[in-house]
Amino acid sequence: MSALSLRNIEKSFGANQILKGISLDAAPGEFIALVGPSGCGKSTLLRILAGLESADAGEIVVGDTVITDMQPADRNVAMVFQSYALYPHLTASENIAVPLAMRRLSTLQRLPLVGPLMPGQRKAVSEIGRDVREMAAALKIDHLLDRKPGQMSGGQRQRVALARAMVRRPAVFLMDEPLSNLDANLRVHARGEIVELHRRAGVPTVYVTHDQAEALSMADRVAVMIGGEMLQLAAPQVIYDDPAHVEVAKFVGQPRINILNSHVMSGGIVAFAGAICELKDKNITSGSPVTIGFRPEFVKVIAGDEAGESGLRGRVERVEFLGSEIIAYCRLDAIGATVVAKLTPAEGGKLSSSTPVRLDVAADHLFVFGADGRRLAADPILQTNTAELAHG
Amino acid sequence: MADITAASIHAAKAKSRSTAERHEARNALILSAPALILLLLFIVLPVAGVVFLSFTDFELGYSGFKFVGMDNYTELLTDRTFRQSLWNTTVYTAIVAPVSIFMALGFAMLIEAEGIGRSFFRTAYFLPVASLLVAMATVWQYLFHPTIGPVNQFLALLGLPGPNWLGSAGTVLYSLSIIGVWQSVGFNLVLFLAGLTAIPRELYSAAEVDGAKSAFDRFRLVTWPMLGPTTLFVTTISIINAVKVFETVKTLTEGGPNKSSEVLLFTIYQEGFVYLRVGYASALTVVFLAILVVLTFIQYRVQDKQVHYA
Repeated sequence: MSALSLRNIEKSFGANQILKGISLDAAPGEFIALVGPSGCGKSTLLRILAGLESADAGEIVVGDTVITDMQPADRNVAMVFQSYALYPHLTASENIAVPLAMRRLSTLQRLPLVGPLMPGQRKAVSEIGRDVREMAAALKIDHLLDRKPGQMSGGQRQRVALARAMVRRPAVFLMDEPLSNLDANLRVHARGEIVELHRRAGVPTVYVTHDQAEALSMADRVAVMIGGEMLQLAAPQVIYDDPAHVEVAKFVGQPRINILNSHVMSGGIVAFAGAICELKDKNITSGSPVTIGFRPEFVKVIAGDEAGESGLRGRVERVEFLGSEIIAYCRLDAIGATVVAKLTPAEGGKLSSSTPVRLDVAADHLFVFGADGRRLAADPILQTNTAELAHG
Repeated sequence: MADITAASIHAAKAKSRSTAERHEARNALILSAPALILLLLFIVLPVAGVVFLSFTDFELGYSGFKFVGMDNYTELLTDRTFRQSLWNTTVYTAIVAPVSIFMALGFAMLIEAEGIGRSFFRTAYFLPVASLLVAMATVWQYLFHPTIGPVNQFLALLGLPGPNWLGSAGTVLYSLSIIGVWQSVGFNLVLFLAGLTAIPRELYSAAEVDGAKSAFDRFRLVTWPMLGPTTLFVTTISIINAVKVFETVKTLTEGGPNKSSEVLLFTIYQEGFVYLRVGYASALTVVFLAILVVLTFIQYRVQDKQVHYA
């Protein structure tokens, strides 16, 4: 049984269709990252999950309760906002107490002056205080409880926001780019913390981000959304090694995957720089346009341009030294394209701009995409000499 | 030897630093001089002039004057007109300021929630602010007319007896208060609208997710505290404007009937420009100014503690 499931969620703003039928199932305790460029509809989907927007069509189920038409307050769903959305006039402990007070106290009990006179108010308030302190201790923010948001750093605010979301033990956790307001160092550190908190809470989490590295490093499964469609939902490694769509391949990976236009040769063969693949679908006629893609780390760059050797000839345009790796931009004059290669310092150390090179691509890492962007299944054909080059 | 050099270097450094500081202080003075001079010419000097005149028996048209010490102020204490006008001003302010503030807040939230008619309503409510009160006073005079006025005709339709709104001592202050509210709601409303627009939407989303189901809960949790600075400003402005009521009194009632709508500014006007007793009018003005200053001060002291500036 899935802990959270979305079925065919659709949403339009005017004539603009933002979500084109999104379906998703999360297992209990699963961490799902929704990743995509801005405007792909990922935040809208999250707001629909929280109940802040209503879906035009589709159904949301948490456990075995349909929550599609429920008010946000009635769904047992907590959300961490990008700006943290802490109440600036309340201290950290008052902020964390809000969701508990809203649920455990009646409107009259919450009023100033009158509230303390209501029966049972004192006991409930002291219980809330205890839960808040427990939560704060778990997140190591006990020393901040009396401060207002304006007196806290970005990282501290983020923890208070997390505490406010977790304190009421929700059935589902939603996070809308909670790390994007932190500086780069803190962000990497906070990733680990959020994953750890998620593991302890054991609640399905939907995490929206535009940062593919965040999505790949944190999530159990990554959902790549582009243009209102969920193009692929899979484990991070599958998303990276086996992209289902050219847009997924382009969005994930740094530096970006090399994408070149090509066409199918007779016998369903697609070839590039020593890599040869045979399409499984024999109905694709020769001459049909296709897109090929290969990741920079599977490009082999050999300095020198002796005739008779395999591989495509080119010239180094630019070399970027990044410490543990070297990024080489190689211009292929024959096809008028630039290919990016990721090399170890040992491989790329001798390269400099305008060095003549030959490029080889490993056939088993060549992706072929059809005209609609969908991945086409293909078998690598390993030729002896290219295989040697490709695997070095 | 080394000590001496170190000490002298230290002294030289201190000296050059104090020269730099003096230089900076002089520049600061030069740069703020225009503002200081204008402030002195147009605010400090006139106020000082009024305070000075309040200790004299100066009357417009007479040459020369003599110091009378606190005489003007002791006269104030026994002046029935002054006490009446102080009381009337207090009642007027106590009605107009709170009513116009809470009405404006209510309307602002309704308009904010309304998508389509926003700019129309904003303009409509702002019209009284932009219109000339003296001109609009004639309209109010007609509306409040005891026999042909639409207000009383409407009341007659319902079978209710209409009061002589501006003509009877029992109702005149309330009638003026209605006009005062009508005039200031629009201004307060525009300020509140600006304050409401500045509240981050995410706070409302957070409140909803946190379980604030009713509009009242969201108002208490987000709107009211976030409007703190706006409310402080609106309250200050409203009180000052209400204490300064004059146009409607002058055009519609002349303080009557039987001084039942006599207000501070009208009394000052009567003393200074009708009876030409500038010395006494100055004493009134000083009291008037003192009231405004004290009100503003209390306001900021009390409310500032509860206001959150994001």
